[in-house]
Amino acid sequence: MNGDSLVRPEWSRVRLAYFLSAPASFLILLIYVLPILAVFMISFTDYSLVYDGFSFVGLDNYKQMFTDRHFLTALQNTLIYAAIFIPGAFVLPLVLAIAIQRRRRFRSILEVLYFMPVTSTLTAMTLVWRALLDSNQGAINNLLVGLGFGKVNWLGDGDVVLISIAMVSVWGVIGFNMVLFLAGLTAIPKNLYEAASIDGADHPLDRFFQVTWPLLAPTALFVSVNTLVTAFKLFDTVAVLTRGGPDRASEVYLYLAYLEGFENFNMAYACALSLVFLTVLFLVAWLQTRLGDRRRTHA
Amino acid sequence: MSDIALSQPQPGFLGFLVSLKPRSLADAIGTCLLFLGAWLVLFPFVWMLSASLKPANEVYDSEFSFWPETFMGGVNYYGVLFEQPYLTFLANSFIVCIGILIVQLITAVPVAYALAKLKFKGKSILFGFVVASLTIPINVTSIPIYLGLVEFGLLDTYFSLMFPFFVSVFAIFLFRQFFRDYPDSIIDAARVDGFSEIEIILRLILPAAVPALAAFSVFSVVAHWNDLYWPLIVVQSQNKMTAALSMLQYQSDFDNDYGRTFASATVVTLPMVIIFLFARRLFIRSITMTGVKG
Repeated sequence: MNGDSLVRPEWSRVRLAYFLSAPASFLILLIYVLPILAVFMISFTDYSLVYDGFSFVGLDNYKQMFTDRHFLTALQNTLIYAAIFIPGAFVLPLVLAIAIQRRRRFRSILEVLYFMPVTSTLTAMTLVWRALLDSNQGAINNLLVGLGFGKVNWLGDGDVVLISIAMVSVWGVIGFNMVLFLAGLTAIPKNLYEAASIDGADHPLDRFFQVTWPLLAPTALFVSVNTLVTAFKLFDTVAVLTRGGPDRASEVYLYLAYLEGFENFNMAYACALSLVFLTVLFLVAWLQTRLGDRRRTHA
Repeated sequence: MSDIALSQPQPGFLGFLVSLKPRSLADAIGTCLLFLGAWLVLFPFVWMLSASLKPANEVYDSEFSFWPETFMGGVNYYGVLFEQPYLTFLANSFIVCIGILIVQLITAVPVAYALAKLKFKGKSILFGFVVASLTIPINVTSIPIYLGLVEFGLLDTYFSLMFPFFVSVFAIFLFRQFFRDYPDSIIDAARVDGFSEIEIILRLILPAAVPALAAFSVFSVVAHWNDLYWPLIVVQSQNKMTAALSMLQYQSDFDNDYGRTFASATVVTLPMVIIFLFARRLFIRSITMTGVKG
């Protein structure tokens, strides 16, 4: 190889790199960068699709949040929902993964069965849940009455509705998180358990705390962050199950932002809500990288 | 499993039984509990299937029986598919999912290769944008994109349903990881042999990346088949309604025939369940691969 033919491919390879990157870069600009800048700009105006013209209002949209009763309700609902949803969506899949992983005979069939809700169309299955949770004739209240308990107004009682929605969401996410935990568990070398057993850790709980938990930490971190973000992103279930009702008791953050933007056409206020939401997401992502510096990725 | 010998020293079948024995009762109970839990998880599907075979007045019977007294399955499914526009809804979802996937693959593969294997100015800035965009959900960018589509008169079109997903930063990130692990020595050897970069992508990298491409495809199709948020914003007519969005119609008095309602829910859910049963491993890989993200 002489020098000339080494230089030329190098140069044409750079041109090729730009050529290969151009379509995606253009689309990232159009779909992410410009819209985010626009959201930022619009959030300082009083723009609304239904009126002509707009003016800059400074931080008014952000100040409005602190006095907006609906915003504070939505924030509170989201946090309550997250507090119910996250423990269930973390612990149940972890227990299931540990229980299933050791089984050789039934492992794959159990994996398939628990995974089914993840593949299903949540809007359709939420319709089914609405029927199951029906306060008068739903299967769940029928069962409760049959067992001698009273009926629960799952979707009509403001104190219960977030629990009902969390229940449906946990049902939908069990298989997803379980598969992540299974991948993490499978990556733990078997000989570590043997070593622990030689050191006297024979009890299953000892094995869990001395071997499984420390080695599962990266997976656990990933699952918790993922579950946290999923909790904040709750939208579909609310839209199909309750539409925020009864009396805004299940109106969560993204549902409020949707209503403000696309039902009330308060685009500017909705943009401010979106930006606050994005800030939270970035904070979570930043925290994840900080916590996960030593983390090794699986798969 | 060669290392089992350590924990199970007894040889032969008898030894195997002995080693199994102390745990077997707890094991049996555990297995029963696991299947009981699985039954609870599956019950909504069973109930849906059962309701879809029933006449409206049997759906909410207090005594649940899987098989209906009056079998209405044929009537219900016929009604959904041929009297209601469900074939259109399914076709719309199919067109949107496939359209999105094709464009996503075409845009992600080249840039992922450039980011993984080529040196060029601005590479780290571009990658920074990709990583930052991973955190941005459609819920945040929806208003400007919607306004743009309104401006160009594009609402209620297939294009509007697909446009925000034409580039998947997740796909770029995933494929870049995958391509980076491809040995440079093979690429250099191919260059010496006179392969062009395009040939290297098409004949060496792509075949090696099939597992990642397939897993991402499953991930993408499922996500967009099930998406509610964006179709809710841009769809205005029954002509462009997607299957997942159609489920929202039942909040109003779209259909009082409960049997037929759940036949439609079954029809909407079935395609993804079938794909799952046939491509179980891909599905699971598509999820464990998300573990790479972030």
